[in-house]
Amino acid sequence: MGGDGTHEAKTTYREAIREALREALRSDDRVFLMGEDVGRYGGCFGVSLGLLEEFGPERVRDTPLSESGFVGAGIGAALAGMRPIVEIMTVNFSLLALDQILNNAATLLHMSGGQLPVPLVIRMTTGAGRQLAAQHSHSLEGWYAHIPGIRVLAPATLEDARHMLAPALADPDPVLIFEHGSLYNVSGELLPPAAPVDLDHAAIRRRGTDISLITYGGSLPKALAAADELAAEGISAEVIDLRTLRPLDDAAITASVARTHRAVVIDEAWRTGSLAAEVSARIAEGSFYELDAPVERVCSAEVPMPYARRLEEAALPQTADIVAAAHRAVD
Amino acid sequence: MSPAHHTRPKKAPGTPKPTKTAANKAATSQRSSKTEIPAAGRGTVHRMDLLEAMLRIRRFEERCVELYSAATIRGFVHLYIGEEAVAVGVCEALTPEDAVVSTYREHGHALARGIPAEAVMAEMYGRTTGCSGGRGGSMHLFDASRRFYGGNAIVAGGLPLAAGLALADRMRERTNVTCCFFGDGAFAEGEFHETANLAALWKLPVLLVCENNLYAMGTALERHEAQTDLAMRAASYGMVAWAVDGMDVEAVEQAARRAVEGIRAGTGPHFLELRTYRFRAHSMYDPDRYRDKAEIEQWKDRDPISLLTDRMRANGELDDEDVARIEQRITTEIDHAVEAAEQAPEEPVENLLHHVTSSPAEGAS
Repeated sequence: MGGDGTHEAKTTYREAIREALREALRSDDRVFLMGEDVGRYGGCFGVSLGLLEEFGPERVRDTPLSESGFVGAGIGAALAGMRPIVEIMTVNFSLLALDQILNNAATLLHMSGGQLPVPLVIRMTTGAGRQLAAQHSHSLEGWYAHIPGIRVLAPATLEDARHMLAPALADPDPVLIFEHGSLYNVSGELLPPAAPVDLDHAAIRRRGTDISLITYGGSLPKALAAADELAAEGISAEVIDLRTLRPLDDAAITASVARTHRAVVIDEAWRTGSLAAEVSARIAEGSFYELDAPVERVCSAEVPMPYARRLEEAALPQTADIVAAAHRAVD
Repeated sequence: MSPAHHTRPKKAPGTPKPTKTAANKAATSQRSSKTEIPAAGRGTVHRMDLLEAMLRIRRFEERCVELYSAATIRGFVHLYIGEEAVAVGVCEALTPEDAVVSTYREHGHALARGIPAEAVMAEMYGRTTGCSGGRGGSMHLFDASRRFYGGNAIVAGGLPLAAGLALADRMRERTNVTCCFFGDGAFAEGEFHETANLAALWKLPVLLVCENNLYAMGTALERHEAQTDLAMRAASYGMVAWAVDGMDVEAVEQAARRAVEGIRAGTGPHFLELRTYRFRAHSMYDPDRYRDKAEIEQWKDRDPISLLTDRMRANGELDDEDVARIEQRITTEIDHAVEAAEQAPEEPVENLLHHVTSSPAEGAS
């Protein structure tokens, strides 16, 4: 990355999202950002730092601690022609707004017989890895992916962090964007996208022939590291980044399993009733005769996320767990 | 206001009674010094319109009882009988550009807002021609063209939505008002308090209309609220709040007009507690075991329709012939609505997954 000194312009995941927000606010006066501490504080993870100064308090709007109130207000504003971006601090807090997300945002279009689309974007942090314990660390995006009527995104790369927001805002329906907290400081060179970033397709982050590592979000770097280790042992792992958790890109999953005949699904959520369970079921339904081994899953331990570093690390999927699962499938 | 006061019908106060708070005093003095109170309720023609609008709701609801009893319409059906003055009086104060957010007890709001009886009835029949294409039913009536943002069946769930609709209007510099109906039960929900705070904090153009019918389903107000003076509690958020006789359509209209005027003038959200009563059970499902029959009868003495007709007859503005003419018109309209609903096509099952997302292709994920 930029080692020759001519490409010093490194970007972080956080800055990539900020740039996407800036672009959205500049290019469409219907867009505004609203949430707890997005303005004067600069966003609780610093994502929106500087946007208040650039766009003013009407369009970078600090809210009271009323998740249901301001998410519902985002829905109402979307119904009345705005393009709100609502930030919720973490997925755990979003449960306070679940009524609005499920009973209104996801439902109004259908319940009104197609009269009321809700063009709303909701961003929130998800995931563990920062010793924030059991009320700031869970991965509940799979719950949201259960709900018809919304699109669920999990940008795992700088490119997706930078370029998923524009198509999300162009979507006439609600879009939830899950930003993994451990990714905010990831830095690298942000290249212009080779093709327009779409919200319908999974991405192959690494080509391989022996096994498919299927994952998303904060687990992607771990899956890529596992693929490196496996490569050193002569096992060629393909890494699939789901990117969009609803609707799932069935074709990409099926095609990868058809190439490798083995799959490990890595999901930071709890195993029971997880997105990993859904992906595994779809492989069983659609690719059963392609499989040379049972589908493996690597998920978080079924425990509220503990604070202590050793315990938190033990609860989370780690690169070594992914490598071990791959061995079970290949051996 | 003591709970005893709440459970007994009162004489019509005629004009809204501001609760005694600083915010209210400010609004009152501003009103008396500057604003001309509109001539709501003056004129026989106008009262005749109010009467017809209330009677249309009453007769529509009575037809719903028949249809439900015959198992023609199903689901939960929450009747508005007894509360007609609220919907009619409030909607009278709104313009077509204003927005309305409603509850699951919404037939009255929908009709008062001008959604044709035919479209509402067809919705209850679950037909394609229903105002929600048969997807919503009695609790979820919508009409985007009339800015009617539907029945929300989650108590207080519509309030945040109303704040957002109002926020959008404000950000786009439109002078519309968003009117949100909800019941006394909403006072126990966080979403009411979150929205009251947000609306007052941001001075949003919202009219919060609390239909205080004294019961949250089967739980009486004094059994679900520690403090039963709802207008006072709303005023504590820093908004203008009045308690009004919700059985007197002219008092309701007058209060609503005054509130809407204040909101359009930029003084932020206004709250109306409209004291009313439902004469029927909570829903068609409810055996109504939790209320004293005598209490119901007492409230029926202040039936909003009789209240208005008595007043008009006393003024010499209404005779039997007028009533017969109005009744006939309404009967014809509702007969037609039922007939049209019965003949309307059912939504094809192939369309089951339509309107899940805006993309016509997507069904499952």
